[in-house]
Amino acid sequence: MTDSSEDRAGAQATPAATEAPGKAPRGAAFLDVRDLKVHFPTDDGLVKSVDGLTFSLEKGRTLGIVGESGSGKSVTSLAVMGLHRASRRQRSKVAMSGEIWLDGKELVAADPDEVRRLRGREMAMIFQDPLSALHPFYSVGNQIVEAYRVHHDVDRKTARRRAIEMLDRVGIPQPDKRVDDHPHQFSGGMRQRAMIAMALVNNPELLIADEPTTALDVTVQAQILDLIRDLQKEFGSAVIIITHDLGVVAELADDLLVMYGGRCVERGPAEKVFSAPRHPYTWGLLGSMPRIDRDQTDRLIPVKGSPPSLINVPSGCAFNPRCPYADLPEDNLTRTVRPELRESGGGHFSACHLPQEERERIWTEEIAPRL
Amino acid sequence: MFSYLIRRLISAVVLLLIVSAVTFGIFFLLPKLAGQTTDQLAQQYIGKAPTPADIAAVKKNLGLDKPVFEQYWDFLKGIFAGVDYKFGPEAAKCHVPCFGYSFKTHIEVWPEIQNRLPVTLSLAAGAAVLWVVSGVATGVLSALRPGSFFDRMAMTVALAGVSLPMFFTGALALALFTYQWPVFERSDYVPLLQDPFLWARTLVLPWVTLAFLYSALYARLTRAGMLETLSEDYIRTARAKGLRERTVVVRHGLRAALTPIITVFGMDLGLLLGGALITEQVFSLKGVGAFAVEAINANDLPNILGVTLLAAFFIVICNLVVDVLYAAVDPRVRLS
Repeated sequence: MTDSSEDRAGAQATPAATEAPGKAPRGAAFLDVRDLKVHFPTDDGLVKSVDGLTFSLEKGRTLGIVGESGSGKSVTSLAVMGLHRASRRQRSKVAMSGEIWLDGKELVAADPDEVRRLRGREMAMIFQDPLSALHPFYSVGNQIVEAYRVHHDVDRKTARRRAIEMLDRVGIPQPDKRVDDHPHQFSGGMRQRAMIAMALVNNPELLIADEPTTALDVTVQAQILDLIRDLQKEFGSAVIIITHDLGVVAELADDLLVMYGGRCVERGPAEKVFSAPRHPYTWGLLGSMPRIDRDQTDRLIPVKGSPPSLINVPSGCAFNPRCPYADLPEDNLTRTVRPELRESGGGHFSACHLPQEERERIWTEEIAPRL
Repeated sequence: MFSYLIRRLISAVVLLLIVSAVTFGIFFLLPKLAGQTTDQLAQQYIGKAPTPADIAAVKKNLGLDKPVFEQYWDFLKGIFAGVDYKFGPEAAKCHVPCFGYSFKTHIEVWPEIQNRLPVTLSLAAGAAVLWVVSGVATGVLSALRPGSFFDRMAMTVALAGVSLPMFFTGALALALFTYQWPVFERSDYVPLLQDPFLWARTLVLPWVTLAFLYSALYARLTRAGMLETLSEDYIRTARAKGLRERTVVVRHGLRAALTPIITVFGMDLGLLLGGALITEQVFSLKGVGAFAVEAINANDLPNILGVTLLAAFFIVICNLVVDVLYAAVDPRVRLS
C-alpha cells in the first residue's frame, strides 16, 4: 500500500506532484495506480466514474475492491486493462489521467497498441457472466488457443495441447474431449473455469476478476474462489478481485479497498478493515451483509438512500447524504470539504471528517455489538 | 451435423411437393371450381375455331378428362420420367424434366426456361456478389464510427437505395451511361464462356442498379447487427485477450453479426433466381423473369406453372443452404 499524498480534490494529475518524496519514480510496487481519473463525457454531463484513486498491489497478494454498483470499481479494473473505451466512439472522448504502473511500465500515457500487447499476457481478466463473456460460435478450446497464440508464436497443435493442459489445471474433467465443446455445452461453473483457464493461459502476472462468482450458483461460488486462490499460490500472480459481496473478499483478499462515488473511502489490510473499519460507509456495508452467526430475528440494516450520481457527486464527503453521522463534525465540514485519506496505523487508511477516536468509539460501542 | 442435414433435406423435399401441389391446384383446380370446363381448357391448346373432334382428341391425349389428382400425379411423373404424347400420327416425346408444352408455341417448357436460365443466373450471381460485399463493408464501417460523417452519408444513400424503385434507378442508369455517355452500349446477352468481357460489360449496369437496391438493406442490417454484437461481453473478452482491433471486429464481431444477414441473403437470392422481373424488363434481358412476364401476358398456363415451380425450387434450395450454413456458423442451432 502506498502512502497518502493523494486525493487532493480537483487537482489535475501531474506525474511528479503525485509522488511522495523518496519514492522510486517508476512505480514502487508491482502494480501502482496513482490519482487515477476516468471521466466519460455524456449528453447529461461529465460522468466521473473514477475520480482520483490511488492504490498499489504486490505480486502474490490479493486486493479486494468493494462497493455498490456505480461506485467505479469495474471502470477501475477496465482502465487498468486499457479496456475503458467501450467502443471506438468513446475512444476520442473518454478522459483518463493519473498513472498506472505495471511492473515498471506506465500505461495511461502509453501507446494503445503497447497496452494491447500487455493485455492477455501480463494482465488478464475474468468477467461476471461467463456465458456472455465467451463467444457462442467458437469452441472453448478454440478461444483458449486464440488467447495463447496472440502472444506466442506457436502452431495450432502446440497451442491446443496447452489449452487442454489449462482446462485440466482448472479442474475440467476429460479436458481432451471437452476442449472441442462450445460454451453452451458447459455448465455455469465450468464456463467460469474455462474463462479462468483462458485468462491464465499466458501466465499473466496480474489477474483481475470482476465479480467472478456473481452469476454462479452458491455451491459453485466457493469452488471458483478456491480455484482462484490455489492458482494464485501456484503462479504467484497479483490478483484484484472486484465484488459487492464482502463474503467473497473476506475469503480471498489480503488487502481491501472500499470505493464510494468513484473514490476510495477506506483501504488497508483486510483483517484490519474487517475487525476495525474506520468509515461509516464500510460500517453500512458490514451491517447489510447477511451472516450465518447472527441471530435470525435480527434484521439486516441497509445503507439508506441510493448511490450518488457520478455526474453531480455530493460536495464535501460524497457519502454525506446517506451518513448518519454527517452532522457530527463542526462547521458543516462534511458538506463543504472533501475528506482526505488519513492513516490510522498499519497501512489502514480512511477518509472521514470525524476524529479517529470518535469513530473508534462509535464502532466499538454502537456498530460492532449490533453486527 | 449429419442428422441435421438429413432432417433439413427431407423437409425441403416435402416442402417442394406441397408447393407443386398448391401451384398445380391453383392453375388446374381453381379454374375448374370457378366454372371452366375441360373443353375450354383443351381449346387453349388448339387455338382458334377447333372442331369438337379436335377438342375430344386433345382432352384424351393430355389427360384433361381425368380427375385433377390423377393429372397432378401424371404431371409429377412427367417431371421425373418424361411423357410420351400421341398426337395423331406423330408421337411427341416430352423429355425429362417434362413440364408440358406451351399453349402458344407448342414448344416444351423446360428447354425454353433452360435457355434463359444463364441470363438470370449471371444477373443474380453478379449482383449478389456486389451487394453483399458493398453492403456488409459499408455496414461494418458505419458501425465502427456511428454518428460519423461517413456513417450519416452511407445511411442516407442506403435510404435512397431502399426507397428508389428499380424502374427509376435502372432507367436513370440507362439514360446516363448508355444514351448520354455510351460507356455501356446496349447489347444482347453474351454467354460467359463465349466472351467473358462482353458478358460482364452487358451486365454491369443491371448488376450495379440491382445491387444498389439490395446493398442498401444489407448495409443497414449489418450496421445494426454490428452495433449490437460490438457491445456484447464476448467482444470485451476478445479485447482483453490482447487481440488486434481488426481481429476483434472481424472474427468476433462480424462473425456473430453475419447470421441474420445469411438468412436474408438466402431469401433474396432465391427470389432473384426465380427471375428478376423488373430488372430484366428495364434492361431488355431475356431471362427467366422476362419469360414469366411473357407467359402471364399470353395466359400460357404450362409456362407459368413451370416458371413458378422453378422459382419455388430456388427459394427452397437457397433456404436449405442457409439452414446448413447457419448450423455451420452457430453450433447452438444444431441442437433443436
